[in-house]
Amino acid sequence: MEILQQSFQYLIPLFILFTVAYGFAKGTPVYESFVSGAKEGIGIIMGIFPYVLAIFIMVKSFQASGAHDFFKAVFAAATGPLGLPAEVFSIGLVKPMSNAAALGIFTEILKTHGPDSYTSTIAAVIMGSAETTFYVIAVYLGSVGIKKSRFLVPVCLSADLVGILVAVVVVRLLF
Amino acid sequence: MNVIWMVLVCLSVLFAVLGGRIDAFTKALFEAGKAAVEVCLYLVGIVSLWLGLTKILEDCGVIYKMSNFFRPVMSLLFRNIPPGHPAITNITLNLLANVLGIGNAATPLGIKAMEDLQTLNDKPDTVSFEMMLFIVINTASVQLIPFTVIGLLASYGSQNPNRIMLPTFIATVISAITAVGILFLFKKLYDRNA
Repeated sequence: MEILQQSFQYLIPLFILFTVAYGFAKGTPVYESFVSGAKEGIGIIMGIFPYVLAIFIMVKSFQASGAHDFFKAVFAAATGPLGLPAEVFSIGLVKPMSNAAALGIFTEILKTHGPDSYTSTIAAVIMGSAETTFYVIAVYLGSVGIKKSRFLVPVCLSADLVGILVAVVVVRLLF
Repeated sequence: MNVIWMVLVCLSVLFAVLGGRIDAFTKALFEAGKAAVEVCLYLVGIVSLWLGLTKILEDCGVIYKMSNFFRPVMSLLFRNIPPGHPAITNITLNLLANVLGIGNAATPLGIKAMEDLQTLNDKPDTVSFEMMLFIVINTASVQLIPFTVIGLLASYGSQNPNRIMLPTFIATVISAITAVGILFLFKKLYDRNA
């Protein structure tokens, strides 16, 4: 596994080598091209910043205010009889908003339930198959200054929901 | 997005006031500001790096050749991107970075792909269908091997951390297909109403 991971890490350096060497061989002023492309970076990020800030404020305040704990407890009461761990809800709720926060919850689950438990397995599959939806939407739309997102948010959220349900079902069937 | 943001922020304030956690709430706001600045500073570096590299690819013309090379596969989903357009290459590279789990490269390539898609957009303030498709595939997170999760399982002493690979792969593929299906469904509904 580690060998595979390391071999993937070679891709970026090799890609850089190819780009610079090929560009130079074609007679492109690679240094000037690189600088003129890179110059746009800071402007794009300045455009993204307010969107990222809005998302972070939403996530952090939701967690710190105790709202997150409350909804988690409600969910546990509702699904406990079905044998669905409440932690699944935590991960499913936080992962679309922040990867770092979801990782924190995930390590918490590993510590309290043990790495080979049923709860940890479900959490791991959700961690691997869900994405930081709100962050991606905010950054990608923000980078080109789009204000009307049409039906993108409902589509992504229902896709997330389906993804979590599928993760739970798959783990149930396989373990 | 307006509704979600408003509801979550208001709920948080209500809970903070009723639960007597105003201190924690205020602290969280400052932390959010700090975290947003940190993420953006980090992004400035890698996004600029990728923008510089792709500019070289554009200037020497190879990006158009690459786009023609990837087009047969990508045009199955992205039908409205003209042949040789750089968007195809940047979308492909972003999806590859996601599949292989080279997360650091995915965001900058995604931003670049969005810029390319924006050049094809008739209404610059409204998201285009191609952009939505791209974001939906992105958020479905098709990842071949979830290295971070396996690594964490292993570091907490799991007997068999690789056991999650198959279920994660199945779950991610099913959810990606469903996500694209939901998007096309929404498009049908909206087109009918429009």
